[in-house]
Amino acid sequence: MKVIKIDKKAWAGGLEKSRSGYKLFGPVKEKNKNFGIFKELGEKQMPDLKIETRLSPKSVIYPQSEVMFEYSTDETRDDCNLMKAPEKDCSPRAIIGISPYDAAAFLILKRNFDTPEYKDPYWCNSFEASTFIGIAVNEPDSTDFSTSTKTGPFDTSGLDILLVDTGDDYLAQVVTPKGEKYLKTAGWEVEAGGDAANKIEEMKKAAEAKISSHISFENIKNKSILELYEADFWEDISFACINCGTCTYVCPTCWCFDIQDENKGNKGKRHKNWDSCMFPIFTLHTTGHNPRETKLQRVRQRFMHKLKYFMDKYNDGIMCVGCGRCVRLCPVNIDIRTVCKTMNS
Amino acid sequence: MKNPYLPYPVRIDNIEIATEDKSLKTFKFVFLNKEDEEKFAYRAGQFAELSVTGKGEIPIGIASSPVEKGFVTFTVNKAGLVTSHLHNMKAGDIMGIRGPLGNSYPWDRLEGKNILIVGGGFAFTTLRSSIVYMLDPANRSKFGNIDVVYGARSPGMLLYKEELVQWEERDDINMHITVDGTDDPDWKYNIGFVPPVTEEKAPRADENTYAIVCGPPIMIKFTLPVLEKLGYSHDHIIMSLENRMKCGIGMCGRCNIGKELVCKDGPVFTLDELNETPKEY
Repeated sequence: MKVIKIDKKAWAGGLEKSRSGYKLFGPVKEKNKNFGIFKELGEKQMPDLKIETRLSPKSVIYPQSEVMFEYSTDETRDDCNLMKAPEKDCSPRAIIGISPYDAAAFLILKRNFDTPEYKDPYWCNSFEASTFIGIAVNEPDSTDFSTSTKTGPFDTSGLDILLVDTGDDYLAQVVTPKGEKYLKTAGWEVEAGGDAANKIEEMKKAAEAKISSHISFENIKNKSILELYEADFWEDISFACINCGTCTYVCPTCWCFDIQDENKGNKGKRHKNWDSCMFPIFTLHTTGHNPRETKLQRVRQRFMHKLKYFMDKYNDGIMCVGCGRCVRLCPVNIDIRTVCKTMNS
Repeated sequence: MKNPYLPYPVRIDNIEIATEDKSLKTFKFVFLNKEDEEKFAYRAGQFAELSVTGKGEIPIGIASSPVEKGFVTFTVNKAGLVTSHLHNMKAGDIMGIRGPLGNSYPWDRLEGKNILIVGGGFAFTTLRSSIVYMLDPANRSKFGNIDVVYGARSPGMLLYKEELVQWEERDDINMHITVDGTDDPDWKYNIGFVPPVTEEKAPRADENTYAIVCGPPIMIKFTLPVLEKLGYSHDHIIMSLENRMKCGIGMCGRCNIGKELVCKDGPVFTLDELNETPKEY
């Protein structure tokens, strides 16, 4: 394991230096708010590695609204009604201060947007251009259940570099050649001493031990889709839901989207916008028929997708990284951990 | 990287009113770039997204047949924003089509078999594609008996009437056309709903006979028990589903029934497969 030691005094300088090869993204405190949001860092702006982010960083790769095509409906033009994809900035970007489980969430999204049959070029190109520089979570939140979802506070599966905050320094664990390249660009090349790997391992164990929340989905695997779908607990689970869609917007693994044309005069753009299975219009047919008309059906869809359909389709765990955002932000306290337990029992 | 959201530009070559109430029109499209036609190589039962610039896209089953070259056709019901706008377009207009999308009827499995087709109303489009495909001189010998039960509310609501009449006259396909009712004294075909006509006219099931069923929910509901009565096993009953779609390539997340995506894993499923999924269609 290669570990680079970054003196915190050299942190700002290194980030500045890396701007020669990368656009930088990171968590930034929102004005007058006590939470942060992932953004492109402006000049001299530093990522805040301690702040809680309500929205996951998925928007860095997959913006809430993205132009797919531009067109003109002006009949005097040769290109009337023809769709043209706009030039997209695919220059290298570094996402600094992402949590290990948010990074792992991109591997789940990749299953959806990068398939053997089709590739979504908007998502894939942004993903390819990105270097993920994670910050290990030393103090997991009480809603964090990431060790149950094949990730964890020090998981490197979705990262190119894992930063571990040891107080005066960051220990940077090099995970991929992409990560190594970034460290070189930033001018951080001094390898940490021989005990660095042990130190990271110790801190990892300590962080994992602090996680008090665990889920199990072993039995869900063995139950049939219809058995779970027809279970009578969905009435109770969905009772309080107000279908606000917050859970789907803050979730790092929710990927659903809508496609809409927006016109201004005889020019327009075709957009890809985040959508949510919590909304009745998501599945509404033109005839008025709606296969998921009731709240119960929509709530069931969300949890079945995350905890059963995904598992059955890809045979690789659940579609959740245990970040705890939906648990913290649901206005009526619906808790995916409880739902999982109910489905698993 | 190929952009699967980019429609092939097409010109509307011809528009024909398909039913007497004018709610359906058949659009014939020609590709602006010849090479796109080859890229659009499709099988009967697949669909495409018709893209009307500034309005949006709509998933529609392909009504032309793979054996028909130089154009593609779609019969479209005027229902929502995109289709209403499409109905007001004229020959010569430029728009887009994106596809072919979805699986198709399982032609590998159907070869060498007797085929019963049961269709109702405007759901006859991909069935028309399938019949033209099977009746093609190069393909007819690959199939056994072909029976078709097709019904609509009235004679004027039947799609592709000229072809129906031609098929009636052939001896290598058994047509059972029916209408719910008519005051036309010269009507020489069946009168009655699709399920009872199926019960009366359709061949009994055997290992070598497959039924393809496509129609409105009410027709499906009453036809499935009839097919069971005739002995069709659930893995020999093939159906095509519709759900709201956007991307058509399995990514946007709305058309799923359980773990299956209607746009990509379907729209064609056997009844056996559907029995394993939630009925969210």
